[in-house]
Amino acid sequence: MSAELAQVTSFSVAMAAVATLVMLPPGVALAWLLARRSFPGRSVLETLVSLPLVLPPVATGLILLTLLGRDAPLGRLLGAAGVEVVFTWKAVVLAMAVMGFPLLVRAARAGFEQVDRRYEEIAATLGAGPARVFFTVSVPLARRGLLAGLVLAFSRALGEFGATMVIAGALPGARTLSVAIYSHTQTGQDAAAAALLATAAVIAFAAMLLANRLSAAR
Amino acid sequence: MAELPFVLDFTLRQGAFTLDVHERFEARALAVTGPSGAGKTTMIEAIAGLKRPAAGEIAIGARTLFDSARGVDLAPRRRQVGYVPQDVALFPHLNVRRNIGYGAARGAVALDKVARLLDIAGLLDRGVGGLSGGERQRVAIARALLSAPALLLLDEPLAAVDAELRERVLPYIERVRDELALPMIHVSHAADEVRRIADHVLVLDGGRVAGGGPA
Repeated sequence: MSAELAQVTSFSVAMAAVATLVMLPPGVALAWLLARRSFPGRSVLETLVSLPLVLPPVATGLILLTLLGRDAPLGRLLGAAGVEVVFTWKAVVLAMAVMGFPLLVRAARAGFEQVDRRYEEIAATLGAGPARVFFTVSVPLARRGLLAGLVLAFSRALGEFGATMVIAGALPGARTLSVAIYSHTQTGQDAAAAALLATAAVIAFAAMLLANRLSAAR
Repeated sequence: MAELPFVLDFTLRQGAFTLDVHERFEARALAVTGPSGAGKTTMIEAIAGLKRPAAGEIAIGARTLFDSARGVDLAPRRRQVGYVPQDVALFPHLNVRRNIGYGAARGAVALDKVARLLDIAGLLDRGVGGLSGGERQRVAIARALLSAPALLLLDEPLAAVDAELRERVLPYIERVRDELALPMIHVSHAADEVRRIADHVLVLDGGRVAGGGPA
């Protein structure tokens, strides 16, 4: 039992960490674009990114399955390249990343919006190019929003269930905390489910505490 | 230091406000003065490249920064202007040394020399939060100087400091002008400041040049 608990917990944390790393570059780039640039299709993009927040997770999972299944064009393309996503650990990461992405983008965007443009302008007059301004001025000054977004996205990824069930299922050895809790309750193993539940609660509590601290800290 | 040709001949619209300047003259230090809302800061930011004129030409010395007829519009980072804005805008996440060094460019005066010139050598390892108004001004001037500017833009560098402090900071600006032989444009309300620093004056009012000439 405790071996299973350790395995499921470490698998979940590892997958959530990978998902967070995967969504970090596009999430931060998109947050900056939404905070600092206007371009055609901006509001459509904004809505599209937030969609997983309001769609039922199962529906998001179905959309992903439709896009990546063996018969779907994208899935066939990946299959031809030797990459199997559906019903592997990669599907777990994908589901987590898609579900956590809107939270990362929203918090990071708020972080960038709070940065006074003045500092970015002054950095430019001092000879800094756009990349240097971004990494040495915008990112450090938006760090609270960025960190809060990371923690929120990681927590959301850790709790992911609906989309994961659809595209990754409950593979032995590749079960997340949420999926394992569900399987155990389905098969009447309430004690095992309770242990997993307690672990999930502790991790979620710690992550939220950290996120709140980060957004309150000066 | 020899006088340089200044070309400030442009129109810039910003909402309902229009800044209309059509001046060509020679100077080494220009003072821009006039009431609040006259367009002084807008003019400085047009020269720094942070605001874009609708049309016209901006050139200082041999350098054309903006020329709509020839399609020239240098990015702010290529203009080599040392801009000290009115709000100073020191980077809050960097200490004094890293603020000053942010734009440090090859060919600039040495950090030590600037720190000595502006009497801030003792502040280098402090955060910017605890600095006084006069210290912030001098740090911002040092930061601008180290980026090896071809032109220094000072927007009311002494507006936020009291009379006594002004008397202490003003000599530093004169030293920068004389020892580094750097042309400057200096926005000010104060007549004595203008007299001491500038050899040419522009009086702006309501977005137009209302007077001025050699000081």
